[in-house]
Amino acid sequence: MAEEKKLFKVTIDNITIEVEPGTTILNAARMIGGDVAPPAMCYYSKLKGSGGKCRTCLVEVAQGSTADPRPMPKLVASCRTNVMDGMVVKNITSERVLDARNGVVEFLLINHPLDCPICDQAGECHLQDLSYEHGKAGTRYEFQRRTFEKHDLGPYIQLHMTRCILCYRCVYVADQVTNKRVHGVLDRGDHAEIATYIEKALDNDFIGNVIDVCPVGALTDKTFRFKNRVWFLKPVDAHRDCPKCAGKVTLWYRGDEVFRVTGRKDQWGEVHDWICNECRFEKKKTSDWVIEGPTRVSRHSVISANHYVNVAKPEEKLPQIMGRPPKITLNIHDISDVNKPEIHLSELPGPAHSDDFNK
Amino acid sequence: MGRKLLLEKAHIEGIRYYDTYRREGGYAAVEKALKMTPDEVTDQVKKSGLRGRGGAGFPTGMKWSFLAKPEGVPRYLVCNADESEPGTFKDRYLMEHIPHLLIEGLIVSSYALGSNRTYIYIRGEYAWIVDILEQAVAEAKKNGWLGNNIKGSGFNLEIYVHRGAGAYICGEETALIESLEGKRGNPRIKPPFPAVKGLWDCPTVVNNVETLAAVVPIINMGGEEYAKIGVGKSTGTKLISACGNINKPGVYEIDMTISVEEFIYSDEYCGGIANGKRLKACIPGGSSVPILPANLLLKTAKGETRMMNYESLADGGFQTGSMMGSGGFIVLDEDQCVVRHTLTLARFYRHESCGQCSPCREGTGWMEKILKNIEYGKGKMSDIDLLWDIQRRIEGNTICPLGDAAAWPVAAAIRHFRDEFEWHVTNREECLKRNYGLANYAEPIKATA
Ligand SMILES: Cc1cc2nc3c(=O)[nH]c(=O)nc-3n(C[C@H](O)[C@H](O)[C@H](O)COP(=O)(O)O)c2cc1C
Ligand code: SF4
Ligand code: SF4
Ligand code: FES
Repeated sequence: MAEEKKLFKVTIDNITIEVEPGTTILNAARMIGGDVAPPAMCYYSKLKGSGGKCRTCLVEVAQGSTADPRPMPKLVASCRTNVMDGMVVKNITSERVLDARNGVVEFLLINHPLDCPICDQAGECHLQDLSYEHGKAGTRYEFQRRTFEKHDLGPYIQLHMTRCILCYRCVYVADQVTNKRVHGVLDRGDHAEIATYIEKALDNDFIGNVIDVCPVGALTDKTFRFKNRVWFLKPVDAHRDCPKCAGKVTLWYRGDEVFRVTGRKDQWGEVHDWICNECRFEKKKTSDWVIEGPTRVSRHSVISANHYVNVAKPEEKLPQIMGRPPKITLNIHDISDVNKPEIHLSELPGPAHSDDFNK
Repeated sequence: MGRKLLLEKAHIEGIRYYDTYRREGGYAAVEKALKMTPDEVTDQVKKSGLRGRGGAGFPTGMKWSFLAKPEGVPRYLVCNADESEPGTFKDRYLMEHIPHLLIEGLIVSSYALGSNRTYIYIRGEYAWIVDILEQAVAEAKKNGWLGNNIKGSGFNLEIYVHRGAGAYICGEETALIESLEGKRGNPRIKPPFPAVKGLWDCPTVVNNVETLAAVVPIINMGGEEYAKIGVGKSTGTKLISACGNINKPGVYEIDMTISVEEFIYSDEYCGGIANGKRLKACIPGGSSVPILPANLLLKTAKGETRMMNYESLADGGFQTGSMMGSGGFIVLDEDQCVVRHTLTLARFYRHESCGQCSPCREGTGWMEKILKNIEYGKGKMSDIDLLWDIQRRIEGNTICPLGDAAAWPVAAAIRHFRDEFEWHVTNREECLKRNYGLANYAEPIKATA
């Protein structure tokens, strides 16, 4: 019999749980769930070494541990800091954290093109969600924004460096999921960019996963680009016998047509399994797949505000802790003049038109 | 005359070469150390009170004692010769003039730490010093101070000189380690600290050139004797690279008992302000530390004479004090514009940020743009508060201290010279034609914090 492991007690935003030693603050907070979990733009639990860079997940450690109760002087990156027994953490209950996070959002946005209306990521973009919850409406930045040339990374992947937040996730994917990395970060500081050095195309059976991990619209699927808005699509879980990967995917339907294929994502926006390029880019017929049923949409986003059959919104802690609902759970149907809750967007045959809502 | 330990013999003809260095008593510290146990050597360094000369001033003996020593795992010593901080050029002077002092210090320190392969990571632009060091290493090896079983002690050591590729950030110890491993020089997230997981994931100590050179006199004279030089926790001697509007720019070795005033005005050191001008401000410890107006530089807020040592320079915290830093002493006379000067620094940090963390990557560029506007008569009053807000949100929220180093100069400039910034905003035309002149430093501006 294995010896019973001692668990560490950690209190985050006044909620106490017990976790295994070696758990990060972020993962402990994710176990509590809801908004107690700090936003994470660069950490990705399936990518070793990721995290620590974007600084959106900063939290205040008000008490280091029972043994050493001193507070930590600086805010710490919760994704890269392990809990100690008796640690007391403040996330959304800390003014300092909210101020710093507000600052990080501002920093991430000053050079962002804000081209959401023409960006394929819109609706499922983590930067949109982050800005909505933690940002301000106006900007204090009065300078020209940084731009980069668009890069074509082969037949499947488009790089819009201008939108990149340099989270390094795609670099880790290439390192850890493919057998050879041919892209990376060149140059440094605010002129750093994701680029290929000599080879131009990213071709590897698993390189398509960079699209799924990219939190913004910097890496997009060329077989899907500009074809549809994600909120008009209906996600359906499906699988196939794939010799290369687990073959478990989400198909995104509009009517009978499969517009795109992605990995299945959890409520933190992370894929459960990496999928291969063939599943992602080549299998776009219903007959290629065994359909399992509508995807459980469990992440707060524009996506969850849509009228899906299977929306399972994450449990909310914010009302209990802060006395207000999260901003991104705002129901678009409550404020939009054109939208009507009884109309299922994903059932409209073509592009949505205002006429559809006047019926 | 102040006491000299490092540069005492630096100007002897031929000291760059082994024969002269040896004739002048060189490598005696190695002979002495090899008769001691490694722990005894470390103990002497602890007793000496030596503090890191690379900028942070962390006690070297304590750092050495934190080094993890698991069985069967190699340990490394890395000498940080990346010296890229604007205003700091002391390591260069030492390595150029008396390279064997560093090699000697490295052998003694490697012995104490149990490093059999020691690296000198040198700033890429110091190309000619690479040759000087490599020659010194070759000479030392030829004379049996490097290689296997050094002087019959059973201790093996090789020293490698690794040239950087021109990035300031590679002076940060974990970025340096990444770079040494052949990777992109991004600072690592700490913990784990290098003492536990450093070069190739092995326990590693990173020390500055001057720190390691100082180990030689410590072993020669004994830690306790060394600790008698200086004052309080500022023991031994410190190299100061003085530059700016002074009569005698250069590298000076001081024992830390002299006052800032003496350092600037005496003929032994800077020789006073050049061209008969008046002193306006000074950055006492390299570009990253807060700038001080003349009145706060010469006297602390309590009215005491400010001395050239760790404690006194830091007296008053960031509100009215600064830091010893890396000893880059930059003097500004009455004709210098603090806004322009701050812009220059902001441009540097923007260019040198590695770009990993969002506050530093984006914030440094934003500050530079705003400062440029103010300097060129296009600023707004609200820009000054915005600058303050930006630096405040960078500081402490980044992976490595470069973020802080970019924030502090801006904060200090606004804190002490806000009137000059405001003058630039209200006199848009005039500020292009003339400088503001001396700040009103009889009565420093109250801090905005
Ligand atoms: C951005 C940055 C640049 C640095 N550059 C140098 C440098 O050029 N030389 C140096 O000795 N230390 C530099 N440091 C400090 C090192 O990280 C480290 O603290 C030092 O090498 C430790 O040596 P010491 O204990 O002997 O001072 C730098 C730190 C930062 C954050
Ligand atoms: S392209 Fe996307 S995944 Fe890659 S670093 Fe940029 S934001 Fe991150
Ligand atoms: S603070 Fe700046 S230099 Fe340091 S890791 Fe972050 S981005 Fe890089
Ligand atoms: S998620 Fe922790 S720093 Fe980015």
